Amino acid sequence: MSEQAMKSYDDLAPSATDKFRQRVLPFIVMIVLLAAIPLFDPSRTMNSLIAAMGINIVFALSYNMLLGRAGLLSFGHAVYFGLGGYAVLHAMNAIGAGSSGFWAGFPVFMLPVIGFGAGALAGVVIGWPSCKRSGVPFAMISLGVAELVASAGYMFGSIFGGEMGVTSDRMVGPRLFGLSMGPVEDIYWFIAFWTFLGTLGIYAFTRTPLGKMSEATRDNPERVQFVGYNPDRVRYLVFIFAGAFAGLAGGMSAVNYEIFTPESLSLAPSGLVLLMAYIGGIRYFTGPIMGAVLLTYMQSMLSDYSEAWLLYLGLLFIAIVMYAPGGVAGIVYGLLGILRRGGTDGVLARRAKQAAGVALAFTGLVILVEIAVRWSNGYGEVFEPFGLHLGIDTPLSWFLIAGFFAAGFGVLRMAREIEEGHG
Amino acid sequence: MTTPALSIRGLKKNFGPAEIICGVDLDLAPGERHAIIGPNGAGKSTLFNLISGLYQPTAGSVKLGDEEIVGLPPHVINRMGLSRSFQVSNIFANMSVRENVRCGVLYSLGHGYSFWRNVGNLHEVQRKTGEILESVGLLDKAQMPAALLSYADQRTLEIAITIAGGADVVLLDEPTAGMSHSETDRAVALIEKATAGKTLIIVEHDMGVVFNIADRISVLVYGQIIATGTPEEIRGDPRVREAYLGDGDEQQALAAAGDAQ
Repeated sequence: MSEQAMKSYDDLAPSATDKFRQRVLPFIVMIVLLAAIPLFDPSRTMNSLIAAMGINIVFALSYNMLLGRAGLLSFGHAVYFGLGGYAVLHAMNAIGAGSSGFWAGFPVFMLPVIGFGAGALAGVVIGWPSCKRSGVPFAMISLGVAELVASAGYMFGSIFGGEMGVTSDRMVGPRLFGLSMGPVEDIYWFIAFWTFLGTLGIYAFTRTPLGKMSEATRDNPERVQFVGYNPDRVRYLVFIFAGAFAGLAGGMSAVNYEIFTPESLSLAPSGLVLLMAYIGGIRYFTGPIMGAVLLTYMQSMLSDYSEAWLLYLGLLFIAIVMYAPGGVAGIVYGLLGILRRGGTDGVLARRAKQAAGVALAFTGLVILVEIAVRWSNGYGEVFEPFGLHLGIDTPLSWFLIAGFFAAGFGVLRMAREIEEGHG
Repeated sequence: MTTPALSIRGLKKNFGPAEIICGVDLDLAPGERHAIIGPNGAGKSTLFNLISGLYQPTAGSVKLGDEEIVGLPPHVINRMGLSRSFQVSNIFANMSVRENVRCGVLYSLGHGYSFWRNVGNLHEVQRKTGEILESVGLLDKAQMPAALLSYADQRTLEIAITIAGGADVVLLDEPTAGMSHSETDRAVALIEKATAGKTLIIVEHDMGVVFNIADRISVLVYGQIIATGTPEEIRGDPRVREAYLGDGDEQQALAAAGDAQ
């Protein structure tokens, strides 16, 4: 054998250090984080918020298998989440009934596996016609399927439970790891376990030949054909896996909330998962994780503070689409990159100015919206932040709104002039 | 006579009432380097799209070895051993150079749609990818995002992806279009090296390249092959000269290339 043939080109691959830093370390950090959270003895509210975040992380990551990695825009991803959830609830009821030997011995802890299977099965059936198209037709088909399945959910009462949905009791069947699945502490470990496994599974998928070809198909489906792959087949297989992991998240949700309604199959949750993935950043693996954490937090916390929170969410989405297509992850990694390079060239100062400008203008907008919402409700309620009395007819209100807007746009303008000065 | 590597019989393609390819017959011996020349709009790219399965012909037959490939989808034709490049660079722009070539290697090494293996652990894939990168001279740019390559390097990468799967019949669509003289010389050397032992069909406008590489040349005019022969025969063929009348540049180029031989 010649020397040429012996060459293994090992140096082409990233070094072992890089591999560890990029692929192993994040998961170690995740384990440490998940193991550390109970040490802080989170409140009941916090616990339920964390559970919702875990579910949404897996859901948003599964969605990004389509949008970010395969370039498939779906408006109906909640279908697979919901069907996985329903399957798990019915399985949980079968465990509770204990009539068949198989279900009687099935631990509730392992039920997300059933959700995974149900999601995959739904992907096999629905993906078959959907994945013969890509681009706009694919998006339209997914929209139609979502409407179809959601309306079927209201029609077939024995399966979907009508408007009331299907409920169950998770404290049934054999225990696993000594968890009764009753108290929130037990559920925490259940959520942590499956969030980790779901994230790991979806990451591992990106490293497989199919995962790589999914990115290739996104970039250039024509070329993919001439390296021996059928782009429709690649999309179909990815679609099945995305459905399966959505079903897994649905299974986590079913165990956590013990209820699913046909509402969960509809366009609203499908839209929310799109927002999570996109706001988080679809070009980054960690983007949907950030988006899921942020939006879940907004959904449960911000909705307590303001009834206009959906309006803020909408603004955030539009702002991301227009000014930061890399999403939250793009902003975070961009800042980290600036810091790593030392940030000496004034980029950091410019970014800080931009952030300050946006914050000031946004404050003005918040005051305007909050005053307007209370005024339009007509109950005589008045926006009173920090002990201030801001009514629709108070001059101070309009002074503050105008002042914050002017200051915000002024700072943004300054930041832009610096930028142009640099150019 | 041995079975031709590629055999085209009575190939026709209409787009509506327009006949773009009107009855092409062509046989390629295994290992032959065949150039297709002709004025703009003669149907050269359409012919490639028909052979590679991107378009369905209106009539006719294309055989790869003994097997009929008309009606088969492009990826199946590719797996049977026919590969092609594109006139405009058609690479995976968001991937690194190495990942681009790896995409070309995966299927031929039997990894298909597998979702149970880590690509990083496929040593055979790694080695083959490295070999191809080295043979086309892109090894030092392996980690670069493909979109950031220079134009000539992107064309080289295009050829690397095309040959990565180890196809026996290679179709190159204007591989040197838009290149400078020195870049063209390097590209020609690369093509000769990379396609050694393979059957090659090349569409090319640069007559210097054509007369350098080709064993035989076919002249395609208005969807018909008006002449096929060795470079000497083509150069002397009055019908070819006539076809190029009115296209002064090409005729001069033809003559110049002839004198240079």
